[in-house]
Amino acid sequence: MNQSDEPRRRFVHSGGVDLAVFEQGDPTAPTLLLVHGYPDTHRVWDEVAAELAADHHVVRYDVRGAGQSGVPDSREGYRLAQLAADLFAVADAVSPDRPVHVVAHDWGSLQSWEAVTEPGAERRIASYTTMSGPCLDHMGHWIRHRLRRPTPRHLKQLLVQGAHSWYITAFHLPVLAPAAWRLGLARAWPRVLRDLEHVEPRPGHPQASLKKDAVRGIELYRANMRPTLRHPRERPTEVPVQLITLRRDRYVNAFLSEGLERWVPDLTRRQLNATHWSALLQRAPAVAGMVREFTARVEAGAPAAPTGPLVVVTGAGSGIGRATALAFAERERATVVVCDLDLAAAERTADLVGLLGGTGHAYRVDVSDGPAVTAFAQTVAAAHGVPDVLVNNAGIGHSGTFLQTTEKEWQRVLDVNLWGVIHGCKAFGSLMAERGQGGHIVNLASAAAYLPSKALAAYATSKAAVLMLSECLGAELAGAGIGVSAICPGIVNTNITRSSTFSGLTEQQQAAQQAKFSKLYARRNFPPEKVAEEILAAVRSGKPLVPVTVEAKAARLVGRAWPGLLRRLARLGVG
Amino acid sequence: MAFAYSDRDLETFREVQQLAYRCAEQVAAWIEPGVTERQATARLRRSLVGAGVTDFFHVPFAWFGDRTAFRHFHTPLQFFAGGRVLQEGMPFVLDCAPVVDGYTADIGYGGKVGENQVWDRLAQDLKVYRDLILREVKARKPLNEIYAAVDAQIAAHGYDNRHQVYPGRVIGHQVTRNTSRAPAGVNLFGFGLRTLQTLGRELITERLHGRSPLWADGRSSRHAPTPGLWAVEPHIGFRDTGIKFEELLVVTEDDAYWLDDDLPHVRRWTTTTEAVAG
Repeated sequence: MNQSDEPRRRFVHSGGVDLAVFEQGDPTAPTLLLVHGYPDTHRVWDEVAAELAADHHVVRYDVRGAGQSGVPDSREGYRLAQLAADLFAVADAVSPDRPVHVVAHDWGSLQSWEAVTEPGAERRIASYTTMSGPCLDHMGHWIRHRLRRPTPRHLKQLLVQGAHSWYITAFHLPVLAPAAWRLGLARAWPRVLRDLEHVEPRPGHPQASLKKDAVRGIELYRANMRPTLRHPRERPTEVPVQLITLRRDRYVNAFLSEGLERWVPDLTRRQLNATHWSALLQRAPAVAGMVREFTARVEAGAPAAPTGPLVVVTGAGSGIGRATALAFAERERATVVVCDLDLAAAERTADLVGLLGGTGHAYRVDVSDGPAVTAFAQTVAAAHGVPDVLVNNAGIGHSGTFLQTTEKEWQRVLDVNLWGVIHGCKAFGSLMAERGQGGHIVNLASAAAYLPSKALAAYATSKAAVLMLSECLGAELAGAGIGVSAICPGIVNTNITRSSTFSGLTEQQQAAQQAKFSKLYARRNFPPEKVAEEILAAVRSGKPLVPVTVEAKAARLVGRAWPGLLRRLARLGVG
Repeated sequence: MAFAYSDRDLETFREVQQLAYRCAEQVAAWIEPGVTERQATARLRRSLVGAGVTDFFHVPFAWFGDRTAFRHFHTPLQFFAGGRVLQEGMPFVLDCAPVVDGYTADIGYGGKVGENQVWDRLAQDLKVYRDLILREVKARKPLNEIYAAVDAQIAAHGYDNRHQVYPGRVIGHQVTRNTSRAPAGVNLFGFGLRTLQTLGRELITERLHGRSPLWADGRSSRHAPTPGLWAVEPHIGFRDTGIKFEELLVVTEDDAYWLDDDLPHVRRWTTTTEAVAG
């Protein structure tokens, strides 16, 4: 940081204490107010502020009790109402005529929520970007809702979040918590951050005053947690909110924001592959980018961008691919980019996506053609952005024993079913990893992946390879916050049977076989929509392997418990 | 089998079909949020009887909301009008089959109250099926193959074929001039007594010829379209919205045509096309 970028310091008086306020950048530009969390000071924002100061008036302050700001006399002084008043006082001082854009992290986020949900806050706050800190009132309602409807999922959420919030309980223990900070935790803090948060210490962080800040800041928890959670108020807001969910946050879980739309009509959801602190200290450009984009949108008065994820589905002209595209549109208002060899069919899917409330775009792509898939990925990235979800669905059916299957047939099946997935994972996976906001890749394998059959030599081989590819890729991309799921549907009523090929048969016999299998699959009548549901669930839960139909689940079970039986069945040529 | 109807007969069939559609349009214009299916069918029946209808091939039906897509239909009883209340944005289907002097019409009328984008799209796409069926029948393809072609088109559109929920999965059935002497206006299982008598007789005669008066996807429909009048009702659905048309198709020994092109759904396509062209 050179001298000219050095923040200008001044003090703002609020509620009996002087708050140390630091300003950077052009004061005539839109004002960004950055609010830090516990046990930090304004210095935690150094990198983010430097990025944003280029085109914004960036203002930070040490919250009461921290850094260079004054210390309140009693616990009362740490109440949320007072913290919100501080925020408004600073905003009034640095930008008296224009509403400010608030960006907050951790406890800063909790206290900013208090300000943002004040009636009439939209007159002073133009937008709010929040990370790792829910509104305590919203959270109180969140807990109540789950206690009232204790479904297994809700109970699990309560337990998981409870376990992650152990320190909040610890902070309520008298003597112990301050003593822990005084007697060594403050000294060990850099190591804790390095080992758990993957954050390297640097000048200003952890700050020299950490021990004092941490001990005083305990009052934030003690003054606010219990009263607010016990008697949550109704706190809606008109302010546009951008919620950045940190995928590897140890303290705040993503599901805490479920149903936030109830309180925030103008909500934009973003994700970042980062830990609680690495978001600010290691991923500053990414955070600054999101803030800049959101602020610009609000300043321009543009309507909220579609909040759903960006999803790419291959082979989406029919069957499971189409059903998946539609499910994402219907459930998540996704922008869905669909591709298929049959452009008209893909366009039709895109149309239906639009009908269901999503946005659809169609392309003609042959997934077995590597350069074409790479070009497709580049086009998608340029026109729509890097996808959050990729569904490698395109595939073909083929039946024949090993000796019957010609080399050409092997080639074709592997080209589409295996290389198609490889090309897709490579082209989009690298974009997703590069962007660093996490994501999910879904590969359509098959129950044939683990169910040997002498009649499906090439097909089963290609699908088994897809399954293993997904497992390996999952291990590789876990660090990048990208989940990988392999879906094994089983017998599903789609037109894969109508286009399947059979080794060693004349055209007429082929047609007869296709008709026979189509009928069999139609009689089983398992709709592709149900597979689509499982795919959405896999993306949500990150489940790595999903057998869908009963037969797929049974085969998986038998294959693990009694593989000899499957081998015997394989000889019969079932499949 | 030879084509049995004179021009005068066809003219009368057309008049009855017009009458049926006119009554359906009246009810559709009257319908509004808060009305139940039963109220709508009662109104439809009154309006038909008022127009001179003496008997019904089957009782009038009305389906609202997701019932237009026959979702969660498990028993034939669910076809009868129920207490479902119409709400803003809901689609509806009115189906009636009046008989006047033995001349039968069987029509299906799809509508919506307020805005419903999905319905608009389905209503527009319905034209494809009307054209497709006529083309295939003219080509004298076997009925089961035409059925399969319609289903393939539905799949290509990304919709569901809801006619497979009808009893026997029929997409159409033959209509003849009703000559039964059974008492008029008496219903059994939703069908007029005269209908049942005629239908039973036809089922037997047609079966003797290896044909069926019912048009479905099975073995008994594996023959070229039989000359005569067919009430055809392709029914498509997408999510919770369903729509169908039903009208008479004239099949002669060597040709086929829709009995009447002056019908609400056909007029809707013409106005939409003109609007797009203009």
